[in-house]
Amino acid sequence: MIEGILIGLSTALTFQNIFVVMIGCFFGTIIGMLPGLGPMTAIALMIPITYGFDPATGLILMAGVYYGAVFGGSTSSILLNAPGVPGTVATSFDGYPMAQQGKAGKALAIAAWSSFAGGTLSAIYLLFMAPSLSKVSLSFRSPDYFALMILGLTAIAAFSSKGQFLKAMMMVVLGLMLASVGQDSLSDITRFTFNNMNLTDGISFVLVVMATFAMSEALTIILKRNDPTAAAKQVSLTELGSIKIDKEERGKMYKTIPRSSIIGFLIGVLPGAGATIASFLAYGMERNLVKDDEKEKFGKGSVNGLSAPETANNAACSGSFVPMLTLGIPGSGTTAVMLGALLGFGIQPGPRLYMTNPEIFWSVIMSMYIGMVVLLILNLPLIPYIARILAVPKNYLIPLILFFSITGIYVISFNNFDIYLMIGIAVVATFLRLYDFPMPPLILAFVLGGLMEENLRRSLLLSNGSWEFLWDRTLTLCILTTTILIVVWHIYKTVFKKRS
Amino acid sequence: MNINTTKIISLLFFIFSAFYLYTAYQIQVFAFDENAPFNARTFPIYLGYTGLFFSGLKLILPDPDTIKVEHKNLEYKKTGILIIIAIIYGATILKIGYFLTTSLFLFTSYYFLGERRWVLMFLLSFPFVAAFMYLLHGVLDIYLRDPFLKSIGVMG
Repeated sequence: MIEGILIGLSTALTFQNIFVVMIGCFFGTIIGMLPGLGPMTAIALMIPITYGFDPATGLILMAGVYYGAVFGGSTSSILLNAPGVPGTVATSFDGYPMAQQGKAGKALAIAAWSSFAGGTLSAIYLLFMAPSLSKVSLSFRSPDYFALMILGLTAIAAFSSKGQFLKAMMMVVLGLMLASVGQDSLSDITRFTFNNMNLTDGISFVLVVMATFAMSEALTIILKRNDPTAAAKQVSLTELGSIKIDKEERGKMYKTIPRSSIIGFLIGVLPGAGATIASFLAYGMERNLVKDDEKEKFGKGSVNGLSAPETANNAACSGSFVPMLTLGIPGSGTTAVMLGALLGFGIQPGPRLYMTNPEIFWSVIMSMYIGMVVLLILNLPLIPYIARILAVPKNYLIPLILFFSITGIYVISFNNFDIYLMIGIAVVATFLRLYDFPMPPLILAFVLGGLMEENLRRSLLLSNGSWEFLWDRTLTLCILTTTILIVVWHIYKTVFKKRS
Repeated sequence: MNINTTKIISLLFFIFSAFYLYTAYQIQVFAFDENAPFNARTFPIYLGYTGLFFSGLKLILPDPDTIKVEHKNLEYKKTGILIIIAIIYGATILKIGYFLTTSLFLFTSYYFLGERRWVLMFLLSFPFVAAFMYLLHGVLDIYLRDPFLKSIGVMG
């Protein structure tokens, strides 16, 4: 193993490869910041270019683009409340409020350090556990995935404080309902399309997230412009761009990062689970583990709330390489694109790769890691300048947010209907936000909806319609018991707190 | 029972869930799938009932934290104008093209939000969109339909 790591390092650390990874990180960050263009698109766009290089350099370029795009996605989540990819939705829950409090630079720095730490720790886990974890990942069955989705939904508890539980649940149901629009994945029967061809493929994630987050945020700012209770604080540019993380905040991150990296990595290893579920689960878990006073800050700019999903989504990114490299199963869309690129280079990932070509295996792992290091070195000095986006006057910023949102959906669908639908959803979301209906549960449910239905379908078909699958397998039972314990704990604490 | 806007929203959601449930029952499934443990309408039916359950609970349970929105302080006019501009933008983007409609959308939005610095408004609309379009179309090779630019021979 040590030999493999050293070969991987020597390949990744040549002058040419370091230069390539820097270029990759830079372009990845820019592409990731653009709405609708996530890591998957960024890597796909780079594939033709990588074929001009040798396999190692090509993979290193993709690694740089990958992490750059993930960081770019977090940047737009934090600064504009516009998460372009599902994996960075949870980042906006606390990142955006923090930026609104004049701590945009700090929020970006916390995100950058957490991502780096998450990636580093997961690379270490990968070194020691990759071969054995690939076997564990295959033992997950549909009932376990279904139970995992339910566990993921417990993250909504974070938005159900102050008696808002029913509102959060209504938003969960609405998110699941939106996810059910379009063709049924197995039978291809259209549902809730009302004979409109534009709805046949369902509603895209970018459309829903841009409408409920970025666009409705922009409309709310305009709507509340003269509201004395919502008067925006004037923050100085120095404050906005400061990346200094104080001792107390570092202390919080030291606790959050290790546990979030473990959960992120483990979820990332499961094929199909990926960074989104990892980030939501880490966010929910973190809220359950912190003290009561910190818990109150969740959703309002908590350091733990920002650090947890950022650590977990990066750890999951590295974790998703386990099934891809050791089994040849792409665990996510991004790894599927990378698998295609690997095959294009004539590299066949699978169980034999780790045994017969350890140098290729470790080159990929090391290049991913070096991509992250370079990203941190490149982007930290740029944070004060990136954060100044928020200093753009509202008269300009609001139309620009609307423009980015509409462009994000236009480049994906090229039809007017999606733009109207997005405006419609944004108007409804703006109205709901006025009455404190939380949007994150809607997005969480929308993202998990398809997977949830798919796994419930398989479980019910396999058990011939019986719900016994929920307790038939020990793993399913363990996950469901954890979910029940979390819910009961929340109810107990709410009741106990009210009485006391 | 105190009637407030949150209750009205819950009532609307209750009606929406009932409609969703009705539509879910209307989903046509294949004959051989009709009595299967899970078919295309199973999950939506569960969702419909869940929606009825939670919105029903919200309707009947007391609402201790009533949210009061001061409508007189809200800028409905400007928000409405911005939404109308966005709808017009959506309606014309395919016919006229990305460059002109996007630039005009930005320019008019700045204007209606109260901006009067004409040079800055111009710079942050036409040249800005041109640069952005070059990044998407020219550098990243993402297709952007633009009949207007095509008609004047700028885009191939």
